[in-house]
Amino acid sequence: MTKSKSKKKIKSPYSYRLAAPVGIIFLVFFIIPTIVSFFFSMTRWTLFDWEFIGFENFIQYFKEASLAIGFKNTLIYGVVTSGLKVIIGLALALLLTGRLRAKGFLRSVVYFPVLVSTIGVGFTFSVLMDPNYGVINKAIVSLGKSIGWETYGPGWLVDPNLLPLFSVAFVDVWKGVGMATVIFMAGLATIPREYYEALEVDGGGAWDKFKNITLPLVQPATAAVVILSFIGGLRSFDLIWAMTNGGPGFLSDVIASINYKQYQAGFYGLATAGNVILLFFVLAITGPIYWYFNRKEQEA
Amino acid sequence: MKNFLRKNWIDFVAVPIGLFVFVAPFVLIFLTSTKNAEESFQFDFSLGEEFLLWQNIKTVLATNDGIVIRAFINSTIITFISVVLIVIVSSMAAFVFSRRPGKWTTFANVMILAGLIVPPAIVPTIWVLQKLNLFKTMQGLIFIEVAYSAAFAILIYKSFISSIPKEIDEAAAMDGCTGFSLYRRIIFPLLMPVNVTIIVTTSVAVFNDFTNPLYFLPGNENATVQLTLFYFQSAYLTQYNLLFTDILLITIPPLIVFIIFNKKIVSGLTAGSVKG
Repeated sequence: MTKSKSKKKIKSPYSYRLAAPVGIIFLVFFIIPTIVSFFFSMTRWTLFDWEFIGFENFIQYFKEASLAIGFKNTLIYGVVTSGLKVIIGLALALLLTGRLRAKGFLRSVVYFPVLVSTIGVGFTFSVLMDPNYGVINKAIVSLGKSIGWETYGPGWLVDPNLLPLFSVAFVDVWKGVGMATVIFMAGLATIPREYYEALEVDGGGAWDKFKNITLPLVQPATAAVVILSFIGGLRSFDLIWAMTNGGPGFLSDVIASINYKQYQAGFYGLATAGNVILLFFVLAITGPIYWYFNRKEQEA
Repeated sequence: MKNFLRKNWIDFVAVPIGLFVFVAPFVLIFLTSTKNAEESFQFDFSLGEEFLLWQNIKTVLATNDGIVIRAFINSTIITFISVVLIVIVSSMAAFVFSRRPGKWTTFANVMILAGLIVPPAIVPTIWVLQKLNLFKTMQGLIFIEVAYSAAFAILIYKSFISSIPKEIDEAAAMDGCTGFSLYRRIIFPLLMPVNVTIIVTTSVAVFNDFTNPLYFLPGNENATVQLTLFYFQSAYLTQYNLLFTDILLITIPPLIVFIIFNKKIVSGLTAGSVKG
């Protein structure tokens, strides 16, 4: 014991070797592909052979309408899903930590969709949203009839405008809001009861409590929900692919689904350029949000 | 009675809405999977003339030389091995990173953040897999799943391990128990509460994964459960009863996980996730 102490370097009981297995897997299957993607995004690529073409892929991505639409749609999808998850998730968390008797039951019901297959959920809602046979439109039609209004109901997933994108975003919120609710519930649990009691003594109402205590103190949870759902929403692919295939036409295509289409068509260089674009897109949006919440937390 | 209603009016509003919004779609899945092909095209909340669930299950399992059974076996193997690897390699790394500040740990924190935010570069990953002869193999997909889940798992493990007092390791180190044996004999047994969280979240994520098998494990002989849904959707355009029977079968494993771990999922996540 005394001998080893006299040496300059004491061997740490925490060897970095323990981190090697995950480090190697992460390096080979995540970091290296990310690094080489910058190079291959500037090539015409067949996986066996490549030809350097500079920024041509990127120019094509910005020029072609069927590709450029991805930026707008991805942004809309991210903003809508993460905004609704914050609002509905916080409302549900308040409800489920309040004086409800059926708390446990509703908590389970709200959380279960998080665990279910995205593709299965997508197919189920495609059926519910079918313009002619779907339950949603059947209900709208019969409701319309009862008040004397002739309607077919909207074409949730087939209208040639932004509606299909919003419909998919809505299903995304349905499936993911349970996660947001759990995070908010954890945040609410950290707020001391005394704060509310003190405000009650001062004669503050329910709205004052929400605005002056709940909202500011639940901020770390809000940050987590916003950032997590933006990261997820901006790269979302499977739900859109299951419900609309990016259609009608390419009106509900997002960057991730466009990249898959380019990959399928064998345009590997272009698909990789799309990947690099998605990377900068995600960084450009989550970066400022992260910074904003971090700064606010330090101020508080 | 009147008092009871007035006191609990929120329940009488919230429970029906909750059932309607979150449970009704699952009822539709179940009902459709009990109908015949013609009835299933009605897409409505009714039972068919005959209760055909068992027959539909048999048909689904027999389709295309049992592609669904093969997919279940493949998905189970992939999920099991991925989860075991994720639990071991991420908790080991998290142990070192939470105990030993320094250059490498700072670097690791940056990598963890990158792993959470950066979308994977798909085609270059296929290129790497091909170079290693792992493209279109289950081993390849398992490595991918481990690589993509590692950042989140390490983050959760780190915040839990930092709550374990350091004196425990110091006492063990005094007795010559360091490095891997310190981790395996002292730390790992203390990790059980987080292990549950990680096992549940990653097993569900890997089992439900669609995108990664689509890119990295194509081919019918390698089918995974999520891809069979597309098979039924395209091959039997009008037989919604079979598509929904497949959805029902695929929902059973998460349902079992949910029933067993329901309470622990919520408490485990809340312990690890939001610490400001």
